[in-house]
Amino acid sequence: MEIKKGIAVSPGISIAKSLVIDAEDYRIPRRSIQPSQRMTEIQRIRNAFTGAINELTKLESAQDQTEGGKIKDIFAVHLRFLRDRNLRKKITDLIRSELVTAEYAVSTTMREIASHFTRVKDAYISERAADIYDIERRLLKQLLGKRREDVEHLTEEVAVIARELSPTQTAGFNKEFVKGIATDAGGRTSHTAIVARSLGIPAVVALEDLTEIVSGGNTVIIDGNRGIVIVNPDESTIGQYQEYSREFLELEHKLDAIREKPAITRDGTKITLLGNIEFPEEAEIVLQKGGEGIGLYRTEFLYLNRKTEPTEQDHYEAYAETVSVFRDRPVTIRTVDLGADKYTQSKRFVPEPNPFLGLRSIRFCLQNLVMFKTQLHAILRASVLGQVKVMFPLITNLQEMMQAKFILRDVMEDLDEESIPYNRDIKIGIMIETPSAALTAFTLARDIDFFSLGTNDLVQYTLAVDRGNEQVSTLYSAADPAVLRLIRTVIQDAHKAQIDLSVCGEMASEPEYICLLLGLGVRTISITSPMIPEIKQIIRSVTMEDCNNIARKILTMNSERQISSYLRNAARKILPEAF
Amino acid sequence: MQKVVCETEVDIKNADGLHMRPAMQFVDVASQFDCDITVSNNENTVDGKSIMQISMLAATCGTRLRIKAEGPDAQEALDALRELVEDKHFDEPTPKEKKKQ
Repeated sequence: MEIKKGIAVSPGISIAKSLVIDAEDYRIPRRSIQPSQRMTEIQRIRNAFTGAINELTKLESAQDQTEGGKIKDIFAVHLRFLRDRNLRKKITDLIRSELVTAEYAVSTTMREIASHFTRVKDAYISERAADIYDIERRLLKQLLGKRREDVEHLTEEVAVIARELSPTQTAGFNKEFVKGIATDAGGRTSHTAIVARSLGIPAVVALEDLTEIVSGGNTVIIDGNRGIVIVNPDESTIGQYQEYSREFLELEHKLDAIREKPAITRDGTKITLLGNIEFPEEAEIVLQKGGEGIGLYRTEFLYLNRKTEPTEQDHYEAYAETVSVFRDRPVTIRTVDLGADKYTQSKRFVPEPNPFLGLRSIRFCLQNLVMFKTQLHAILRASVLGQVKVMFPLITNLQEMMQAKFILRDVMEDLDEESIPYNRDIKIGIMIETPSAALTAFTLARDIDFFSLGTNDLVQYTLAVDRGNEQVSTLYSAADPAVLRLIRTVIQDAHKAQIDLSVCGEMASEPEYICLLLGLGVRTISITSPMIPEIKQIIRSVTMEDCNNIARKILTMNSERQISSYLRNAARKILPEAF
Repeated sequence: MQKVVCETEVDIKNADGLHMRPAMQFVDVASQFDCDITVSNNENTVDGKSIMQISMLAATCGTRLRIKAEGPDAQEALDALRELVEDKHFDEPTPKEKKKQ
């Protein structure tokens, strides 16, 4: 039994057999197999070689048309390696004698060969190690690609263990069988965390070396409440956790009981609670948890869970399904926010040196108008089905906002010509998630219907901290005075211009921030559905007077530490049971 | 059919040595023959039809290799390999030719 401590990012308890997903970019840890699995692993090696040979043969023949004898030579050399029986035998022998996984056998063998080259004194020859690493990656990609497909076609319950999960991977998860998620990397606002929360799967991240401890098929307990992962637990621990899991579910049911009650403070201020979703199927969950609409519908998943770009009809069907659940209640559709940590499959970006400051989000859309217009067309078409709003992400200046609006008008004209009905008065909003947008909120507010404060990116860009990098993630805090000052400015400017404002970042689902946000003037909050009952209970147990006092006090403070400890204490005083 | 065993020695003459592309050429020529082919430097003896093993010899310019062929077409195989290594030097420049460039 081994106990690892990480960061709890999605509540709940899961006890399941592990499915480990390695990554070709990282060292593959040594994992043992049972003697009976030998043939399976050897067959995986055969398939990986065949797959890699097919892939390379295609690449090689595609190279014919263009000039590039050098590249063709490289492919030809790699093909000779993949067809080399000696190489294959070296790898399968390792599986037979050492009882290790196919991934480990490939990685170890290739690295041994590569290190042989690097030891040669001749520079020209020692550089050939790069070719070996290349072949290694190609083989691992085959092996791991198959593993990832396995995750999409599960037939039994598993806990997914990985170094890090990409949006593409999580998009393919079958919720019915993925019972828990645990990763080496990540933080509270990493992508894995957001997806796990929205799917209601218990998750723990930042476990550092978990993937080196767990082997596929080990029993793993994931405690998403306390941030603990237990590998190979003993009988009594499993018993304790089964009991704990039952208690937790009971508490969840209790919170569900306040579903029908409105989100009103004790002194009568009504707060609108909306849900954040990624998939149409989640719309129903938002409703079940008591959400009054969708404040943030992320649409990237339309691009990430399929091999080809979604058609206009694909977009439309997803939106129509969601809107039909809410009918006359608002559904705010955010146009695609691809790039940076999210990649499209069909148009894989050439790696950018600084992707978070690169061609992402609205910038990407404004440079890919066909794709952008396809989505806008579908949103407009769906707008007659209910109360659809459209929102542009990552706006950094007025021109960008005006350009996006202009393109929307363009698409409206297209629909007019096609005689397709749509809501001419559709509400148009923008995400305020960059310091430049926050600082110019006053100007932006004049030409837009609503703001949505995206605190995750706003914190990251304001404090220049990568939220997924565990070495600096402690610097990432919404309680930083710089962040709070920007948030206050945006709220004030929205009020002055009399436009709607909601908060849709992770900050809004942290219990200790709720009073502060209300005190700063926020009246609409959009959060992941599992958090709705808890946040509603907090709202129902505070007064606006408390909240205003907290906000006033906080705005006089100059340090993040002081602010976060004050917020924690204040919250503990107001609602002891939530902490 | 009689069993033929032939041996010869060749010197690597191209400037960059037996790196990946020459290793590929070597293996491709060797694979055209039915006979078993082994290649040795001072330390190791490897399979002449395995690019992994041939490239791992890491034979630099000036290295002497001993090629041994066993099988009915052993002599033809050695002739072809000698031509590739010593006469064509893998279609690459020798150190002298490289300097001129």
